[in-house]
Amino acid sequence: MAQPFFGGIHPNDKKAATNKKPIEKLPPPARVVIPMSMHIGAPCKPCVAVGDTVTVGQRVGEPVAFVSAPVHASISGKVVAVEPRIHFSGVPVMSVVIENDFNDTICPDIRPVEKPNELSAEELSEIIKNAGIVGMGGATFPTHVKISSGLGKVDTVIINASECEPYITSDHRFLLEYPEEVIGGATILARVFGVDRVHIGVEANKQNAAELLRLKIEEAKAPVVVEVLHTRYPQGAEKQLCQSITGRQVPPGALPAAIGCAVFNTVTTAAIYRAVYTGMPVTHRVVTVSGSGVNEPKNLECPIGTPICELLDACGGVKKSTFKILMGGPMMGHAQYDMDAPIGKGTNAILAFCEDEERTVEHPACIRCGKCMSVCPMKLQPVFMYQYERAGMLQELEDAHVMDCMECGACTYICPGRLHLVQAFRAGKQKINNAKAAAKAAAEAAAKAAEAKKEA
Amino acid sequence: MDYKELNLIGSSSPHIRTKDGTAHIMAEVLIALVPALAFSVYNFGWYVLTVTAVSVVGCCFFEWLYRTLMKKNNTIGDCSAAVTGVLIAFVCPPNIPLWIILIGDFFAIVIVKQLFGGIGKNFLNPALAARAFMLSWASAMSTWVAPGSHLPVFGTVDVVTSATPMAYLHENNLQGLMEVYDLRDMFVGFIGGSLGEVSALLLILGGVWMIFRKIITWYIPVSYIGTVAVLTFLFPRGNDPMTWMLYNVLGGGLILGAFFMATDYVTSPVSHKGQVIFGVGCGLITVFIRYFGSYSEGVCYAILVMNLTVWIIDKNTRPSRFGVVKEPKAPKEAKEPEKKKEAAAK
Repeated sequence: MAQPFFGGIHPNDKKAATNKKPIEKLPPPARVVIPMSMHIGAPCKPCVAVGDTVTVGQRVGEPVAFVSAPVHASISGKVVAVEPRIHFSGVPVMSVVIENDFNDTICPDIRPVEKPNELSAEELSEIIKNAGIVGMGGATFPTHVKISSGLGKVDTVIINASECEPYITSDHRFLLEYPEEVIGGATILARVFGVDRVHIGVEANKQNAAELLRLKIEEAKAPVVVEVLHTRYPQGAEKQLCQSITGRQVPPGALPAAIGCAVFNTVTTAAIYRAVYTGMPVTHRVVTVSGSGVNEPKNLECPIGTPICELLDACGGVKKSTFKILMGGPMMGHAQYDMDAPIGKGTNAILAFCEDEERTVEHPACIRCGKCMSVCPMKLQPVFMYQYERAGMLQELEDAHVMDCMECGACTYICPGRLHLVQAFRAGKQKINNAKAAAKAAAEAAAKAAEAKKEA
Repeated sequence: MDYKELNLIGSSSPHIRTKDGTAHIMAEVLIALVPALAFSVYNFGWYVLTVTAVSVVGCCFFEWLYRTLMKKNNTIGDCSAAVTGVLIAFVCPPNIPLWIILIGDFFAIVIVKQLFGGIGKNFLNPALAARAFMLSWASAMSTWVAPGSHLPVFGTVDVVTSATPMAYLHENNLQGLMEVYDLRDMFVGFIGGSLGEVSALLLILGGVWMIFRKIITWYIPVSYIGTVAVLTFLFPRGNDPMTWMLYNVLGGGLILGAFFMATDYVTSPVSHKGQVIFGVGCGLITVFIRYFGSYSEGVCYAILVMNLTVWIIDKNTRPSRFGVVKEPKAPKEAKEPEKKKEAAAK
């Protein structure tokens, strides 16, 4: 068993609702809405026009910056609109709307790499970039950037199969049904980074996946080792996963590359394999639809851009008393209010709640129990940071290292006084950034004014 | 299905919370106090139960009254007033008049807790602050009923009094104490003393329950009791340090204070390191008062004094954050190039 990280919580994982259900294919949706922004970085520019016929895997959005990833059509058919549409972030985002011709014609340009075993790091990075691969665990950081910035620094490659958020089983099912693809992807990464072995971190609540992986690794003689991790949230957070597997801690403000680690999600790894061996870009993904409000929880494979309502319909709809629908896990997911919002590359779950999951109270009160401190994986002191934020003491808040907070929400989960801790820190971080930006702008304006005076 | 008819909430993550709220924690504390209360009823009679019930009702009433008069949200549901009520009863003599209890309830809830903003805002332990105030009625607060007294439900003026173990120890009369109570009496609780403090065994049981249920951590109780034990063992009065130490640990309010008073979240440090410092401080002051004070017991004042130091302990015991690993060699290496530069400059 890998070593434990600092703090963490152990909520009821609720995975039993879907972890034995095989991945089902969603009935093809009539139309998909493909947003130009499904990744961290600059949004893409649409490269098709209304009336164009597109095929599966055809590029519909071009990246305009290095930190970005192209976007592809997930179904074949006709482009019926290129306009801002409601996005899972809650605001309209430029999107390409495709009407399905139900033929699933594959783009003719798609073909496997000729000599997959002789790929250089640069070539692979290019393939990954063209396939639009981003961190598919939810963070959606463009994978080619991670690879090119990590080359030469990385001595430990980690595949993140911890899936520590409750309810979600999409990665678990993926591991059980496509273990070869994950191992194949890991093998490619091992060669590119020049490491002897790649670590796959699997939480202890997925023993069957760990055993299957070990079996397949032995069959393939792949340079991969399975590390069983403690079932504890946020085990799947990059920094915590690196700490569990290597014992090293990422310095404040730095990325895992700073300690020689590179972390890739399970599905991202398989997407790399697919891009190399089939040439297929990211067009589909597995989404867990679960939660107390869902009538028939399922794991669904669906085209990217499918509206949320289609997935919910495929699961028998939701209960009338549903009060919250989430995209992503219950700890870090985003509440949705419009079910026309589409599934993105990083969407691992759609959850609907109708019971007492929330447990908020009208008048939260801190009793100074210190539980927030003992669960904080970054070893911060939420109990005091909350007081600073409420009092508007931004300098003290910053000195308490609020910028280290990765917003995992463990403090809010555990708080018996029901304080909105992480929510306050989000607001506090924003206030600090705003204040800094304002100070910088003021300084620049002053410098300009001084210069203007000099010239005059 | 039409999803537009749903009443959806949009709020930022996390979207789930633990079941265990403040009321749950307070309920666990109350459960942990039940065995000691039951033993007290056996030891002193039914009046003990009357005192405790009046104290709980009094605390809840004053909390309700203050919050209602001040037009604030009602907080008796969090059960913290009930815990304060039980603890006030526990630190009073078994035959305390009920009106003094009610004065204590008022002082604890209104003066110590609510005037500073209610739950989580007080800087003194309400029950101990109330006890310190109630000592204004000195004779009622120092009339100690003999064990096995059978006080009737509504009390009686006709009681047999006896000296508490602390009084013997204060007079350096260990021999006399050993003749009255043997160690078994001290441990199980067949002794005189405050209503809830007599049974070390059942209080430890309650404390271990709270540690097991993760309501409290072991840092404060262990460092507090440990400090008292070590000091009394090192500086015994008489020639039997072991016995002197055991009587000192088991007598008086040490066990009750260490598990149930000093661990009060609101008035103790939040970090584990801070909690150890706090416990050791409580132990030092307790022994200091017991040895050199004119009052025979020091637990109440020791904890109250340490309550006042919590902010400074908190400020100086911040844990080092994630990713900052101490490297003692780093500064040296950093200095060397500077020296070289200096040498080069010369």
